[in-house]
Amino acid sequence: MSNELDYLSRRVAAGKLSRRDFLGRAAALGVTATFANSLLSSAVRAAGPVKGGTLKAGLQGGESTNSLDPATFLSQVPFAFGKCWGETLVELAPGGGVEYLIAEEIGSSKDAKTWTMKIRKGVQFHNGKEVTPDDVVATLKRHSDEKSKSGALGVLKSIDTIKADAGNVVVTLKDPNADLPYLMADYHLIIQPNGGNDKPDAGIGTGPYKVTVNQPGVKHGGERFANYWQADKYGHADQVEIIVVNDPTARMAALQGGQVNMINRVEPKIVDLVKRLPGVTIRAASGRGFYPFNMFCDTAPFDNNDLRMALKLAMDREEMLTKILRGYGEVGNDMPVNKAYPLFADDFEQRKFDPEKAAALYKKSGHSGSILLRTSDVAFPGAVDAAQLYQQSCAKAGIKIEIKREPGDGYWTEVWNKQPFSLSYWGGRPTQDQMYSTAYLSTADWNDTRFKRPDFDKMVLAARGELDEAKRKKIYRDMGEIMRDEGGLIVPFFNQFVDATGKGVEGWVDNPAQELSNGHALIECWLQA
Amino acid sequence: MSSPILRLVAQRILLGLVLLFAVSVLIFAGTQILPGDVAQAILGQSATPEALANLREQLGLNDPAWLRYVHWLWGILHGDFGTAQSSGLDIASSIGTRLKNTLFLAACAAIVAVPLAVILGLIAVRYRNGFVDKLISGLALASTSFPEFFIGYVLIFVFAVHWQIFPSISTVDDSTPFLERLQAVVLPATALTLVVLAHMMRMTRAAILNVMQSAYIETAELKGLKPFDIIRKHAFPNAIAPVVNVVMLNLAYLIVGVVVVEVIFVYPGMGQYLVDHVAKRDVPVVQAVGLIFAAVYITLNIVADIAAIVANPRLRHPK
Repeated sequence: MSNELDYLSRRVAAGKLSRRDFLGRAAALGVTATFANSLLSSAVRAAGPVKGGTLKAGLQGGESTNSLDPATFLSQVPFAFGKCWGETLVELAPGGGVEYLIAEEIGSSKDAKTWTMKIRKGVQFHNGKEVTPDDVVATLKRHSDEKSKSGALGVLKSIDTIKADAGNVVVTLKDPNADLPYLMADYHLIIQPNGGNDKPDAGIGTGPYKVTVNQPGVKHGGERFANYWQADKYGHADQVEIIVVNDPTARMAALQGGQVNMINRVEPKIVDLVKRLPGVTIRAASGRGFYPFNMFCDTAPFDNNDLRMALKLAMDREEMLTKILRGYGEVGNDMPVNKAYPLFADDFEQRKFDPEKAAALYKKSGHSGSILLRTSDVAFPGAVDAAQLYQQSCAKAGIKIEIKREPGDGYWTEVWNKQPFSLSYWGGRPTQDQMYSTAYLSTADWNDTRFKRPDFDKMVLAARGELDEAKRKKIYRDMGEIMRDEGGLIVPFFNQFVDATGKGVEGWVDNPAQELSNGHALIECWLQA
Repeated sequence: MSSPILRLVAQRILLGLVLLFAVSVLIFAGTQILPGDVAQAILGQSATPEALANLREQLGLNDPAWLRYVHWLWGILHGDFGTAQSSGLDIASSIGTRLKNTLFLAACAAIVAVPLAVILGLIAVRYRNGFVDKLISGLALASTSFPEFFIGYVLIFVFAVHWQIFPSISTVDDSTPFLERLQAVVLPATALTLVVLAHMMRMTRAAILNVMQSAYIETAELKGLKPFDIIRKHAFPNAIAPVVNVVMLNLAYLIVGVVVVEVIFVYPGMGQYLVDHVAKRDVPVVQAVGLIFAAVYITLNIVADIAAIVANPRLRHPK
């Protein structure tokens, strides 16, 4: 039977049999539609990408204030369009690890302080010039300069010197860091001619598409760059187009009406309805983003670990996951990292909802009266509902939560990282080190749980400089344990990126790094007739 | 036509200019008392004291407010709105495209909505209190009572998703040919028409009904004129002033108040542009857009006033 299916699926891929006929034949052979479909897509993938056509995406997250200067990238549209026209030294590969782009290989000295990146030869910018190590040096220098206001500034702070050396770029660090290759995958670090110093928003990079249309907040477009260096892998459509569609219903309608081929940010509450639409495929990928309830560890009453633990135990994570994310996520374990991270130990005990133990610890903490929790629609989709669910599960443990709904405007400047107990979101970082350094070091600006522990800081630094993976993994395990049992964050769940594609879109690869297959959807997918 | 009417018109226009000037002062003052410092807003978290000082100097923030106001006004009088702080683009040229789009959409909606509303109003008066009147009023009120996003979604569902005859995404740009542009705005223009229809229709109906009580209408009836002729020749001309007022208010709404429809249909107009820049605290853009919106309102109101004067024989032929 499977031989016959294989044969049939190859016939579809070759265009000799229609998809509908194939599914009909498969059903006749007693195969479920899901299995038949997955069989079909692997056959289609094996047959290779189809060149041509215009691939269109309708995306949330674009404003008329956007610029093509990669240093200013913040929202989803510039991010996704940047992947079309530009390339970084390396990329985060779907299965973890890095994919080498402009850097051909990256090696380090034994102390993880000096890193040598070999720059690929024969990679061309859209203006016809070839990428040189000097361009790379200029790019890195521009982003590590305070004046550039680059979003990658924090990532590059640890860099001491950047030099070109024959065909290589040599970077020395102030402190050892075994994760440097991952840092170079930051989406702001698109390599530009002369580092973009001449015209930062020129939109000239080495990506598979040349910028043809740039109307911030409305539309962006590109046409295939003829001299792209790995044309067999990326850049299948002749043209790509991103239309900014900030309204979720309008996005869905555009996909259904066939005006776009893919959309991002499908709301969890409609996913089950969308799934039933003909031609629409939901692309859900588990990621590193999570929605924490942040407590300030240095502010009463949250400075008491018994109280913090009581509040953690009073969280019904399973219920949160089904009601807020409709199951499109994984339960959290009160630490900011999960199995999507490299070097994550997966033997942690899962924290469970335990109202009795929570009540006992709450009593032991000696706190009385209600606890004020601040929330807002902008914290994450469903944040107000999540706060109410939490209020109810806390009530079961005898803990009284008072909810204050804050206005969305100003939530990130006045509430998050300012008020002692509030809801927030984190998009995650490529490595555990980056996640911990960004928000859980004593000195971090964004230490939104006021978690200040010198011993923990030391562990972060030790792990960062450790090149032995087994030892590193052990340190990260211990850090996770501390976070989980003594930290200031309650993590009900990690969310998934939920995107959707329309008819005939093939070649999609799930990638935990970011939505839209880490922004690669437009360059790696193709349109199957 | 005589000089008194010209004088009245000139008076209105002058008054409008004074008003616009006052509004410009208000807008400028309003954006000055907003909390936060512009330089701080631009530089964000990573601002160092020197960078702040440099930028303040560069933006002229150290000058007194009145001097900055004069500079700003002087620039605008020369068509220079300055540059947007967030994207560094020239405001006048970015607004130009957007304003054109907004006016195009508003014009399309108005061309359908205004005659339709007036005609429906006339019909409603002709068959007043009958079934036709009730049907027209009922439908128009229902379409106005629905929030505009709901109407938009229903139109999208029926015409873009179900039948797929019109696009749900109305993105247009300078290179879009006229016919395509027209096709793109069909759905948003329909949504807007449904939103503004009832207001104008009801006003037409009420204004004409008011006139219908007059003695001269009775005379016309006794002369044996047909009901439609009475309404057309005798009642409507005397009811024009209030109708024009409502029409102008709705036109102003079509230009300045359609951000929801713009978002739903992804139409690149002024509303979305303003909202984006308010969110980024991009003061020069907010000032410029505010001033343009004020100018639109004031102009349309002047037009309404003048139309009312011209339509009124007592004002046209003073004793």
